[in-house]
Amino acid sequence: MPLSRAINAGLRASLAGSDRVLLMGEDIGKLGGVFRITEGLQAEFGEQRVIDSPLAESGLVGTAIGLALAGFRPVVEIQFDGFVFPAFDQITSQLAKITNRLEGAVQMPVVIRIPYGGHIGAIEHHQESPEAYFTHTPGLRVVSPSTPNDGYWMIQDAIASADPVIFLEPKSKYWQKGEVDTSARALPLHASRIVRRGTDVTLVGHGAMVTTMLQAAVLAEAEGTSIEVIDLRSLSPVDYGPILESVRRTGRMVYAQEAPGFTSLGSEVAATVMERAFYALEAPVLRVSGFDAPFPPAKLEGVFLPDADRILEAVDRSLAY
Amino acid sequence: MPEDPALVRFLEADGTFAPTPAAERYRAAVDALTDADLETFYRDMAVIRAFDVQATNLQRQGQLALWPPSYGQEAAQVGSARAARTQDHIFPSYREHVVTKIRGVDPIDIIRVMRGLTHGGWDPTDPKNGNTHIYTLVLGSQTLHATGFGMGLVFDGRCGTGDADRDEAVIVYYGDGASSQGDVHEAMVFAASYRTPEVFFLQNNQWAISVPVSTQSRSPLYKRGAGYGMPSTLIDGNDVLASWAVTRAALDDARAGGGPQAIEAMTYRLGAHTTSDDPTKYRPSSEEEAWRRRDPLARMRAFLLARGASESFFAEVDAEGAALADDIRTRTNALGGLEPDEMFAHVYSEPHPLMAEQREWLAGYEASLEGGAS
Repeated sequence: MPLSRAINAGLRASLAGSDRVLLMGEDIGKLGGVFRITEGLQAEFGEQRVIDSPLAESGLVGTAIGLALAGFRPVVEIQFDGFVFPAFDQITSQLAKITNRLEGAVQMPVVIRIPYGGHIGAIEHHQESPEAYFTHTPGLRVVSPSTPNDGYWMIQDAIASADPVIFLEPKSKYWQKGEVDTSARALPLHASRIVRRGTDVTLVGHGAMVTTMLQAAVLAEAEGTSIEVIDLRSLSPVDYGPILESVRRTGRMVYAQEAPGFTSLGSEVAATVMERAFYALEAPVLRVSGFDAPFPPAKLEGVFLPDADRILEAVDRSLAY
Repeated sequence: MPEDPALVRFLEADGTFAPTPAAERYRAAVDALTDADLETFYRDMAVIRAFDVQATNLQRQGQLALWPPSYGQEAAQVGSARAARTQDHIFPSYREHVVTKIRGVDPIDIIRVMRGLTHGGWDPTDPKNGNTHIYTLVLGSQTLHATGFGMGLVFDGRCGTGDADRDEAVIVYYGDGASSQGDVHEAMVFAASYRTPEVFFLQNNQWAISVPVSTQSRSPLYKRGAGYGMPSTLIDGNDVLASWAVTRAALDDARAGGGPQAIEAMTYRLGAHTTSDDPTKYRPSSEEEAWRRRDPLARMRAFLLARGASESFFAEVDAEGAALADDIRTRTNALGGLEPDEMFAHVYSEPHPLMAEQREWLAGYEASLEGGAS
């Protein structure tokens, strides 16, 4: 099933599992959300469980905090990545910190779902990659599924988490199909995953970039280069174990992301790998990212977003050391 | 400026009992108040003022990082807090010292916040704190938290059942400055949409640090409520009887399922916004003097004296205030420090590797320093 249906199925399972779980968002009820992720859920669970909210992002997140204080587990849908910023204060100043300020007396099991990233040819504010703002904020957990199976399980795990979770959905992958094993989860929420084995270079990334990294790996194989691909899955905390183990074998690492590179998640992972696996490295950790410019008009997104060729260019540079 | 005919007031500035026309609908409730009730109102106001003055002094002496005085706003706070029932939920801003005291929060917990020992202060889930949530320094944020909490009460059927002893309501405090924040607007939109059992209690103390309310709003703030479809009432915030009567009616209505309401309490902070600013730089002393003549304590004292309260009652209240002030000074001086380790506690509820790593590193670093010094 496609990622969009897998997340829908995961939300349905969580709603069915506990009547404290609520979905809130703009147009998520009758319409089922602009990406139809919540399709059918209001009809199944009612207007008090799947709530069409006023058009107010700060209001959505702020009231979700109040609902969490009242013992609910709200799942907020932000309609598009670029619309999260009106809610930024409630997320970073309030949601992330309330448990800390209350010295653990109250938990904040709130999930903020955000469709993110490019590749859909949309207009402005509809193609952002805001993950670094959230990974930079202590108190938040940030995750991003890249496959339908992860979409199904990770949304349920995010809802079950006692901590607030920023759940980044790679919107260009909503229609990508894959197997979903509803009988058992493959990995815990905060584990990274080796997607493809290789021996020469370790490629690390998250979300939609996982597909691009796999394309690069296939192309590289034809040229005799063996690439290992790791899906980060959890952007905060980062599961460094499999990454370091891989880098110690390959000696080389490239991080690929859609977000601008300056002070980004890729920068953080690169710095940490250099601190912890310095003597294993044959080359500096390289980053492939969006440019440090505002996300361009759609006709330029193909230039802005890293593709397999840009990743392979970095792989070649790494191998040239 | 002529007085707004909508204003609800029972006590004139000199303590004369003279209900305004708008106050008549609350008259029966006020007439039913006993001498003991009225004395409680005065005691609440006077005792916390002594605490507030002491806290201001402690800040001046370097014991606190900051103090936001409640001096002058006691009537608005006492009336509204005494109007709430035990089961109601309180969402304060950061100046509601009187409210928190009435709900059972130990004033030393506010001192701990202002001394830099905690970002919270008390546990809202501990019954002794009377469902009082912690202070919020980002203006207006708490109005959304209160509204979400009120939505939860609606979803859980904890209001509007007709059982006044069990139905719950929410009261959220904010100021004239916060009323310019988008979050307050969004909170009112959500509250009206979901008919939360909620009272928006605006203490208009006339100044948002140095910015007068005339810069915040071209129309009286209570009139904004109508735009959200919310009953809104203007009260003399320096009249504890008006504050009590109107808030009680609003909370009763909200609890019973009547949806949200707004109250604007016209009051004045006689002190600074916080100990960091100097009001003489931005507001005329003539204005302060005019408001000093409307002091909420003085008018209640005159009213009680006219009703036959004894001098010994006032002496007793003064002694109680002095005892609290002394106690706070003693306990402030006795407050300990913090263990470095505490900064990593409760950042996350579930185990988090980064917290574990940094906690361990800091512990080792601290130990190495101690080892080096010995």
